This record gives sequence, structure tokens and C-alpha cells, in this order.
Amino acid sequence: MINVLFFARLREQLSTDSIEISPIENMTTDHIRQQLAEKNETWAKLMQADSLLVAVNQQITDWSHSVVSGDEVAFFPPVTGG
Amino acid sequence: MIFVQHNDFSVADEYQKLCTDNQDGAIVTFIGKVRDFNEGLGVHGLSLEHYPGMTEKVLSNLEAQAREHWPLNKVTIIHRVGDLTLGEQIVFIGVTSPHRKAAFAACEFLIDFLKTKAPFWKKELTTQGAKWLDAKASDDESSEQWSEKLTK
Repeated sequence: MINVLFFARLREQLSTDSIEISPIENMTTDHIRQQLAEKNETWAKLMQADSLLVAVNQQITDWSHSVVSGDEVAFFPPVTGG
Repeated sequence: MIFVQHNDFSVADEYQKLCTDNQDGAIVTFIGKVRDFNEGLGVHGLSLEHYPGMTEKVLSNLEAQAREHWPLNKVTIIHRVGDLTLGEQIVFIGVTSPHRKAAFAACEFLIDFLKTKAPFWKKELTTQGAKWLDAKASDDESSEQWSEKLTK
């Protein structure tokens, strides 16, 4: 399985901090985003946001990054620390 | 040294830990505080969320990058998480070096990149409810400028 985490505003808007999804062959971060966007209108809108960031195994990456079973994937809005 | 913690920190204590090596001629520190972002709402504090695990990795990586660019001796990065009230300290960055220019530059580099790369999110607590802060384009510009400065 792939553990998918959500943070900050996105976590609140989705009303969940994590879900598990089943991997498919040659899966990428974009596949996960698309799969989640199919859930409903709220998910679709948030998953298609231009500002959405994705990390695989705690490293920020792009939408063509491959994902395999056991990976930790996280979606979150732009960071605002400091 | 990287610390992500709920507890407050003492600038005096951190300074003492930084200033023990007589080969260092310069110590530069930066402290970030909770302020009123002044968007018309009465702000009484902030709630800071982070991505445990990734935060520490990103900060360690930034420290390593700073050490590649400048001759640094000690580096301390402390960032608080959880609920903070107006005026409280949020972040501490302290660097030591034989030379002041390296210390100034490294400290600024670290805070600029912390603000755009480390997975922290601020939620402002106001009299009219809580509100997530938006990232600022000026912060992105500050960190982007470093690639120019460092290749010169």
C-alpha cells in the first residue's frame, strides 16, 4: 500500500490527514493526484490546484516521480514557516 | 544542530553554546517572532503545524548546503511548533564562523530557505477565527536570488 498524507489547510479542507491507496504498475505522483481528484468535487478542486506540492518519502518532487508500494506520499500547500 | 520543538528557547543560552570556540570571530543570530500580520483582524497568536520527519530532513539539508558555501563552525536552527501567542519567539538561527561576511550570509541563506522549503504552516488565530496564511511571493524571490548570488 501507499500511505498518502495531507497537511495544513489541505488536511482541513479534505477533513482527513491520511489515506491508503493501492499501487498500480508504473504509478506516478500524478496518477495518485488524478485518482484522488475522482473522489468528488472538493477533492477534484483541491488536487488540481496549481499551488499543490507533493513529496515522496519526505522529499519534495514533481508530478512524474514514480511511486511504489511502501512509499510515503504527502500533499500540501506552499509552506509558511519562519 | 536542528531542533523542532514546542518549548520556547533562550537566546542567551543558545548564544552561550555558540560562542565557546575562540577560532570563531563572528556569531550571527536571527530570531523570528509572532507578529500581527495586520490584515484588519485582531491577531492574538499563531498555530504552527509541520510535517514531522521531513522538517528535520529539510533543515539538516539546508545546514549542509550552507556549510558547502561558507566556512562555518557551529550552526543552530530551532523552530517551534504548536500554539504561540503574539510576541513569542518562533525561530532561532545562529551561525559562527571565523569571518563576519560568511556568518551574515549563511544566516540569511538559512532563514530564506527555511521559509520557502521547510514544511511548516502558520495558521493565524484572530478574534474572528483561525485563518491559514498564504505563502508570499517575496519569500520565493528571496530564496531564488541565492542561486544568482552563489554562482557569481
